[in-house]
Amino acid sequence: MDAPDLAGRPPAVADSVPLAVRARGLVKSFGTMRAVDGIDLDVPRGVIFAILGPNGAGKTTLMRMLATLSRPDAGTATVMGHDLVTDAHAVRGEIAMTGQFASLDEDLTGRENLLLLARLWGFRGRAAGARADELLAAFDLSDAASKQVKDYSGGMRRRLDIAASLVVTPGLLFLDEPTTGLDPKARQDVWRMIRALAASGVTILLTTQYLDEADQLAARIVVIDHGRKIAEGTSRELKAAVGSGFLHVALADPARLDAAATLLAARLGAVVQRSPEGARLSVMAGSPQAATEALAALIAAGIELSDFSMASPSLDEVFFALTGGGDAAPAQEVRP
Amino acid sequence: MSDVPMSDVRLSDAPTSDTGTPLLRPVARPRPPSAFSNALVFGWRAVLKFRHVPEQLFDLVMTPIMFTLLFTFVFGGALAGSPGDYLQVFIPGILVQTVVFNAVYSGMGLSTDLGKGLFDRFRSLPIWPLAPFAGLMVGDILRHLIAGGIILGIGLALGYRPEAGVVGVVAAFLLLLVIGFGVGWIFLVLGLLLKTPTAVMTIGFAFLFPINFASNIMVDPATMPDWLQAFVDVNPVSFMTTAMRGLMAGTATVGEVALALAAPVLLTLVLAPVTLVLYRRR
Ligand SMILES: Nc1ncnc2c1ncn2[C@@H]1O[C@H](COP(=O)(O)OP(=O)(O)OP(=O)(O)O)[C@@H](O)[C@H]1O
Ligand SMILES: [Mg+2]
Repeated sequence: MDAPDLAGRPPAVADSVPLAVRARGLVKSFGTMRAVDGIDLDVPRGVIFAILGPNGAGKTTLMRMLATLSRPDAGTATVMGHDLVTDAHAVRGEIAMTGQFASLDEDLTGRENLLLLARLWGFRGRAAGARADELLAAFDLSDAASKQVKDYSGGMRRRLDIAASLVVTPGLLFLDEPTTGLDPKARQDVWRMIRALAASGVTILLTTQYLDEADQLAARIVVIDHGRKIAEGTSRELKAAVGSGFLHVALADPARLDAAATLLAARLGAVVQRSPEGARLSVMAGSPQAATEALAALIAAGIELSDFSMASPSLDEVFFALTGGGDAAPAQEVRP
Repeated sequence: MSDVPMSDVRLSDAPTSDTGTPLLRPVARPRPPSAFSNALVFGWRAVLKFRHVPEQLFDLVMTPIMFTLLFTFVFGGALAGSPGDYLQVFIPGILVQTVVFNAVYSGMGLSTDLGKGLFDRFRSLPIWPLAPFAGLMVGDILRHLIAGGIILGIGLALGYRPEAGVVGVVAAFLLLLVIGFGVGWIFLVLGLLLKTPTAVMTIGFAFLFPINFASNIMVDPATMPDWLQAFVDVNPVSFMTTAMRGLMAGTATVGEVALALAAPVLLTLVLAPVTLVLYRRR
């Protein structure tokens, strides 16, 4: 479509494979603000696909459009082969969405919430109850089945909310920030569940603010910011563009800061950032190997370190690398 | 629904343990239910809410009880000569007032559901789009019947006698339900437009108090200044009250009932489509 300067053509998905989502030039504005500003998306069937972006990037807005909850201002899309706008009812028959915030009835019990949805989908009588119980068991919620949802913990709510999306196994499942606010154990549980679903053939489109989450789960990642796609690729491809992360060093003697910065810049071929607190330097390292060699060079030059660490790239650093540091810089295609 | 597990999926904490680990099998969609069946499910939800949130019944019941007792015994003598005489005119009126005020609840419930994203889930389901509203209506009807029944009970205990008997009371309650249904649309629209349930209640009450008090419910309009009488005479709430009194006393004319029905019918015709458009556009 007329979307300006997007990340090139869609990936080389074989044309014969029907796509779960095929979107062209989607736009959604709130007032004068373009929350989604011309996004193309091709999500193949049967994969986990991640949309990565910071707060306010437009992830939720994009997902709500694809789940038929809000109408695009411009652009076209087919979801599971049905047109998003003209055939919304057919789309709804094949998707399920777990939104960013729990969409459960707090006054009802966990079981009643599932029962409500099972009946709306058309399960009758005992079949509805059986389906609810089966989901409760699968999500480890049987013990809490007759507790009101308002007494659930965050992790329990999340599990119930996802269970509520699986009353009928959807062809395409939307998960908007499925692990935000969960503790590490609950996060692992949700990841395991997402993988299991994908293994059973459900296409999963999830959003996340965490690079490691996208990395852990997704076959393909789209990075968006300010409503635009700024990169797309596999996790490997993105990392190749970003490097394996940042090397942080702290010097024992602040007087050697300039010497250390010059040396690191020369060895790693990247801009060295000085932390305002003083004797600390950060620099992007292409690989752990390169980082180790740079550290060895510092020591060989007699520069003593009080601390060093290697951090995998944060979302900030990914954006920094992908956009060349400029805010909302032109898109950059990430290719191996 | 298919009973054939295509591939077993384990979702529990311990993927290696197979001690009774539940399996999640792919489940196909059953035959799509009818719009009516969807609506019934939402009605069932409304009933469940009464079970789980009995506090809402307290609100619902206390206000009319207080109004009935206070007005009858505090003002009854002054307004109608004796509390007993006042009851005869007041009970049908307070029924109208209660139903009109109770219509606020479904708007508040709608606003709450929208705020929590619950309606997003409903809207992403392949169901009849208006089914959730049908559920709100069922909740409304239950509320009206409960509150109306309590007021009538108190009235009877205090000596109120509907001269038209059971038939009159049934007809009056049917009219009440139509009134509640019609007025309910106002609050559904507010619920869709306003972000918080409290805002729905505040704006709703700001509008309901004047139209209820500036009516013939509590006081004979003949004692009011001319300009206010002019308003009371055309206030739809007055028409509703007159018809209710007529139905319960067995003196109602077709004209009175028609006037009472005018506002609810008009509200439904105008606001039902507005509700649908607002709901779809969100
Ligand atoms: N209903 C709305 N009305 C007005 N502005 C909105 C609305 N919904 C979203 N926005 C704006 O659109 C932009 C994108 O919001 P969106 O919720 O899609 O971001 P997000 O990527 O999901 O962020 P987060 O990670 O915080 O969930 C934000 O600037 C937000 O303020
Ligand atoms: Mg969001």
